[in-house]
Amino acid sequence: MTPALLRRLLQLLPTLLLLVTLTFLMLHAAPGGPFDDERALPAATRAAIEAQYRLDQPLWQQYQHYIGQLLRGDLGPSYQYPDRSVADLIGAGLPLSALLGGLAMLLALVCGLMLGAMAALKPHGARDHLLMLFAVTGLSIPNFVLAPLLILLMAVTLQWLPAGGWSGDPSQLVLPVLALALPQIATIARLTRAALLDVLQTPWIRTARAKGLSERQIIWRHALRPVMLPVISYLGPAAAGTLTGSVVIEQIFGLPGIGRYFVLAAMNRDYGVVLGVVLLYGVLIVVFNLLVDLLHAALDPRVRL
Amino acid sequence: MSRSHRPLCWLALLLFCAAPAVAAAAADATLLRRGNGPDVETLDPHKVRSVAAGNVVRDLYEGLLTEAADGRLVPGVAERWEIDDDGRRYRFWLRDNARWSNGEPLTAQDVVAGLRRSVDPATGSPSAQLLTPIAGAAAIINGSAPPASLAVDARSDRELEIRLQQPTPYLLALLVNPAAFPVYRGGIAAASAAVTNGAYQLEGRVLQSQVTLRRNRHYWNDAATHIERVQHIVTEDLASEFQRFRAGELDITEQVPAAQVATLGAALHRQLRIADYLGVYYYGFNTRRPPFDNADLRHALSLAVDRQVIVDKVLGSGERPAYGWLPPRINGAPAVQPEWSGWTREQRLAEARRLYARAGYSAARPLRTEILYNTHDYHQKIAVVIAAMWKQFLGVETRLRNEETKVFLQSRRDARRTQIFRGSWVSDFNDASSFVDLLLGTNPRNDTGYASARYDAAVAAANLVDGAQRRRALVDAQQALIDDAPVIPLYFYVTKHLVSSRVSGWQDNLLDHHYSRDLRLDGAPTR
Repeated sequence: MTPALLRRLLQLLPTLLLLVTLTFLMLHAAPGGPFDDERALPAATRAAIEAQYRLDQPLWQQYQHYIGQLLRGDLGPSYQYPDRSVADLIGAGLPLSALLGGLAMLLALVCGLMLGAMAALKPHGARDHLLMLFAVTGLSIPNFVLAPLLILLMAVTLQWLPAGGWSGDPSQLVLPVLALALPQIATIARLTRAALLDVLQTPWIRTARAKGLSERQIIWRHALRPVMLPVISYLGPAAAGTLTGSVVIEQIFGLPGIGRYFVLAAMNRDYGVVLGVVLLYGVLIVVFNLLVDLLHAALDPRVRL
Repeated sequence: MSRSHRPLCWLALLLFCAAPAVAAAAADATLLRRGNGPDVETLDPHKVRSVAAGNVVRDLYEGLLTEAADGRLVPGVAERWEIDDDGRRYRFWLRDNARWSNGEPLTAQDVVAGLRRSVDPATGSPSAQLLTPIAGAAAIINGSAPPASLAVDARSDRELEIRLQQPTPYLLALLVNPAAFPVYRGGIAAASAAVTNGAYQLEGRVLQSQVTLRRNRHYWNDAATHIERVQHIVTEDLASEFQRFRAGELDITEQVPAAQVATLGAALHRQLRIADYLGVYYYGFNTRRPPFDNADLRHALSLAVDRQVIVDKVLGSGERPAYGWLPPRINGAPAVQPEWSGWTREQRLAEARRLYARAGYSAARPLRTEILYNTHDYHQKIAVVIAAMWKQFLGVETRLRNEETKVFLQSRRDARRTQIFRGSWVSDFNDASSFVDLLLGTNPRNDTGYASARYDAAVAAANLVDGAQRRRALVDAQQALIDDAPVIPLYFYVTKHLVSSRVSGWQDNLLDHHYSRDLRLDGAPTR
């Protein structure tokens, strides 16, 4: 397994290089630059700033410089925040985004699995219908509707929880985690239900029943592992997306994560920041996909890496 | 699982919701929490671009002059000044007790170093152009002269002289802009704002979350500062800023969602502040190319737009319809209205149809044109309404084209394909020249391509004289705009804030500058 793992890790490099190159080219192909603004800069000032950021050089030289910089582990400066580097911005925002996303994924996994299992054990009953109704609702209410509703109810009307901001108080995370987790809970519950219904029809479960195992042992020892497979496949990319933050949730709750940079940096043509977050997202996607494959191999004896 | 794990599942959900269920922190009587819109891009006064950064920097720094709560210019670092007869030489005397936040005295040399740094292209200041009235500034900004050639001299530690290119009646209004602020030791600490000279100094900053300031004990007028600490809090989302105010987490909001303004309850309505602002929303014509090189056609389209409908039905939160180019109550010149602004709707439409026909268009041969705007619901709504008015009253066929902001700005500047474009202008200082300069033929930011000898001459004349003569010249300039109609002014902006009833000392002003030092936390909060 180790050589296989090594091979996969080596494949990571060309993938990321391709990603960075394409992003770089697309960013520079987009019309408008980081210093185009409603009020234009004087020509000499603009030239001085562009020279400072090497934007006056031909594209291939800029690319060469960027890659060289990247190899030294430097993500470069931000144009939008003149006193900050890209690494500063990501370093400041990633821990909170990861905490928020991690909690939301954990909550989604625990609740999703339980609700899905509850629905699958008595399929087509009232409980199943109710839970699946919840799941469909959870999936169809977008974040930007759910989050303000939560704020209105919990912060403004009941005054139980803060409406937003981040000063390190855990109570400030409750609403954003809920808003972020709810659609995920719904997805995972549906996946779990479908998988468990399938698994419960399989011959090995019939064999287990015939052996006289208790329902509990059947679920926990024999059914759960195969049920986890589709959930894990879903979880990999979803986790990469959730850990890197959500621009909607961050803006609505005023949280200083990095999700906003995916949108705002692109709109501001803050090339360095866009490349930085794309690279981060790319690394996470590749790593999580690798983890998914490893977990598949561990859970399913038929899978080899 | 079904029986034994069901309670567990509910328990987990319950724990998650209930455990941290604590009430929002009770309002602290020594901490002012200001919603400030998007995060500030910098704390360096010379690099400030956004309104948000300006708000923070004005708490941190102070220039030779500053503004009172109502926006009047008042002495800042300088306690008095003299202007020589020809209006080209300003002498300032600094206060003896003007100090930096570390206790060191603030000298005239610091002010000189600040101004030189601001115009130095290497600093990359987006507002350095405001300082072009100072002799030598234009050449330095263009990169053709060294920063030391700026005509600003410290005659002693306490005395400063600024010489101007030509008399500039609004020079003092420029000196309250962050671009003219002094920086400690020539700017070594400007990026970190470690040493400042305003009523507040930096306590801490969490990127994308808040900037926290605490009172600067060395500020010359510290005795008149009331609030110990101030937080400028990032509030990117208008709707949640509003909810955070309702939940008692903010004392002041930066904006109020337009949809909420009409439906605020009585308690919130008492805390709502809507005030005139020095900003105009307009449509510009590309006057260099057909069809809008024709003034009759421009007039016809302008007359056919019912501003009142836009202000009342589309915006609905107190904006004022604009017929002339200058916002009401701006300094330097009376805002001139076109004669037709007093006409009835029928009269305006009759005139619009007459001019439209005279320009050679008719129902059989309608004008086909395009409005270009940057992608946003709000710009779209306005464009749809205006296109409908032109269609209904003149028969104009209008296409709407939206572009992402940066793309839009570039297309607008290139002016190759644009016919009618959306624009807005918000002034950095309270003087008519900020608005009239935008439409000068020589201004690179003038995307209309309007170049009128009459207008340019009137504006140039206004720059040479003061008082009644200057006002007359600026009235002439506005009359030229009314006659030529290179733009359709649509409405003047207003500022909208919710200011908690526990805050006092807030006064509306045209530039929307509200220094924390003028505010107090002594009222009773209402919920």
